[in-house]
Amino acid sequence: MSDIFEGLKAAFWLLVALDRDLVEITLRSLQVSFSALVIASAIGLPFGTWLAIRRFRHRRTAIAVVNALMGLPPVVVGLVVYMLFSRTGPFGVFGLLFTPAAMIIAQVIIITPLIASIAHQSMRELWADYHDLLISLNTGPWQRIRTLMWDGRRALLTASLAGFGRAIGEVGAIMIVGGNIDHATRVLTTAIALETGKGDFALALGLGFVLIGLAIVVNLAIHRLSRTERDGRW
Amino acid sequence: MMRIVLSAILLVFAWGAAARAEQMKLAVTTSFHNSGLADILLPAILRDTGLDVQLLVVGTGQALRLGRAGDVDAILVHSRADEVEFVARSYGTRRIEIMHNDFVFVGPSSDPAGIGAAKNVTQVMHALALAKLPFVSRGDSSGTHKKELSLWRAAGLDQTEFGGWYRAVGAGMGAALNTGSAMNAYLLSDRASWQNFRNKGDLALLFAGDLALLNQYAYIPVNPDLHRHIKADAAERLANWLTSDSAKTLINGYKIGGMPMFTFNARTAD
Amino acid sequence: MVDTILPLVLTGAVAKRRGKRLIGPIDAEIGPLGFTIVMGPNGSGKTTLLRLMHGLQRLTEGTVDWQGTQIDVQKRQAYVFQNPIMLRRSVKENLSYPLSLRGVSKSSATKTVNDWAARIHLDRALEQDAMMLSGGEKQKLALARALIQKPDVLFLDEPCANLDGRATREIEELLLETSRAGTRIVMATHDMGQARRLATDVMFMLQGNLHEFGAAKQFFAQPETPQAQAFLNGDIIE
Repeated sequence: MSDIFEGLKAAFWLLVALDRDLVEITLRSLQVSFSALVIASAIGLPFGTWLAIRRFRHRRTAIAVVNALMGLPPVVVGLVVYMLFSRTGPFGVFGLLFTPAAMIIAQVIIITPLIASIAHQSMRELWADYHDLLISLNTGPWQRIRTLMWDGRRALLTASLAGFGRAIGEVGAIMIVGGNIDHATRVLTTAIALETGKGDFALALGLGFVLIGLAIVVNLAIHRLSRTERDGRW
Repeated sequence: MMRIVLSAILLVFAWGAAARAEQMKLAVTTSFHNSGLADILLPAILRDTGLDVQLLVVGTGQALRLGRAGDVDAILVHSRADEVEFVARSYGTRRIEIMHNDFVFVGPSSDPAGIGAAKNVTQVMHALALAKLPFVSRGDSSGTHKKELSLWRAAGLDQTEFGGWYRAVGAGMGAALNTGSAMNAYLLSDRASWQNFRNKGDLALLFAGDLALLNQYAYIPVNPDLHRHIKADAAERLANWLTSDSAKTLINGYKIGGMPMFTFNARTAD
Repeated sequence: MVDTILPLVLTGAVAKRRGKRLIGPIDAEIGPLGFTIVMGPNGSGKTTLLRLMHGLQRLTEGTVDWQGTQIDVQKRQAYVFQNPIMLRRSVKENLSYPLSLRGVSKSSATKTVNDWAARIHLDRALEQDAMMLSGGEKQKLALARALIQKPDVLFLDEPCANLDGRATREIEELLLETSRAGTRIVMATHDMGQARRLATDVMFMLQGNLHEFGAAKQFFAQPETPQAQAFLNGDIIE
């Protein structure tokens, strides 16, 4: 219990002092996870929507696969991305290993199925509602996707934020492909792992509280910006 | 929408490839990193050679793998047999001994297995096997782990036949120490990691000093003939620095809690 | 481009789901003029018939033939559902949606949208969330949204089933105006009084078949079949 209290104290002092290293790794965490979020959303949201409205033969299998991919162990993803981008691997020439770019790629792989799955679920419900009307109005497939995505944008935002949460707290994959290099690829989660490994639990916890605080702030900011709560409706 | 995505990707790639002071990648073991020596050496290296050495702190096995794949420019490990093989297979140019310290046995401060009273390391191993009290092993084929295995072997014991008291955690030095601390178990650790460790709990240093517990660190540049993009020049400059008098001063002078942690033993004429 | 997509001719039209017959075979012709009421006990296939004609229900056998090209046929019909389907947008955006689908810009659509909003007495509620409207208001909005496309044919499936008297009257007035302006209307209802008020001809459905189809006056005064008579009397028929 005292460890937790020490952790809170450590977090407080880090923030108050605006410790330079802390600021650096926090910004990097945001940069990596936010970039991953943007890319993964660009792929996952339209795909999840498309999956909700398009009927094709192996649709149920496709949905099951997307849902199952949510359970991809991040460390396995990290290993595969490492092997792809290692100098001896097929994409080694790009020299992306141990850079934030590789971390972003790994995180995109991890969170896209999550975003697509959640998006699909809510788009499916909305489609069930709109189905007859949109068919009656002779909408084409792109018009349907755009209408659903716009009208269901709040649910899509939830899907994206779920992806962000997963990304910002992820450590297994980015440890492997990023290397946790000081001043280059170290982020909040890998720093926490490092301090834990050194036995400095207070600092690790402190960083952990900063991470949680960051996630809360981002969520609040996004909801505020999109004015999600109007007249009590979420 | 597409524009945002494209800009995000470009930003990331540009950032990753931005020009900086000359960089090289060095894979080091967790034991080395946990000692804290790197925090002293890296700034000096940057100042004296202009090299921004990026450390990848991984297990010995992973360091060797990274070196073999050419994903790093050099490695610094402490597993002699592996190092010799690495060079023999031409993955590395040559093996350069830099410094050594020693391994120590830590355990519950009351020392129920009585290893503190042992006269040599063989007696320690026998005492541990007899007491069957919790023992945390690295279990990850690291330099430390291989040293531990060699000690069991030398004492005529087969650790594969040990019961549940022998716990191979498959983790780095810090993680193993954490586990050991939580279990109040015996462990073999390198001295520097132990000194610097902040979660000792009830553990205390119980046995040290036997010659068999020597922990030698060596630096191996990755072979540029195998990988054309390797920063061979930088790796050589670092080799020179690590065997220089500046390095000697810093390494010999590094203390934790007032105690020197390493002994520099490189032959400066390489 | 034809002048009209009518007459609609159904020949031996059958709709099945999973092998089970829903309605048919049905032979009928919907001519260019009139207000057709589709009546019948619950489960007789009224909804299925409407959906079949509009294209929401798949045709298993027979034909459903309109005049004109595929594009004409799709563009010049509209459908109002029993439970109004509101887009999760404002009243204004619901009204302009069908126009935006056809590439009409928001600014050009503004006048039309405002006119229609005024006509259904929702001009004060243009910016309001359509989901927050009352049942009657939603249905009026759905009707206006259907009519804003200027369809040749308007299908309605029991539009007033869940509405109070006032809303029903407003909708009926709007429907009569629309019919007089030349739109062909085909509407299902179980409200006998409404049928009498609005119909020019009647389709009487029973157990998935088109049991009777004739002029309204004739049907109400002297139906041809005993089942229709029983239905008009208010008996429960199966």
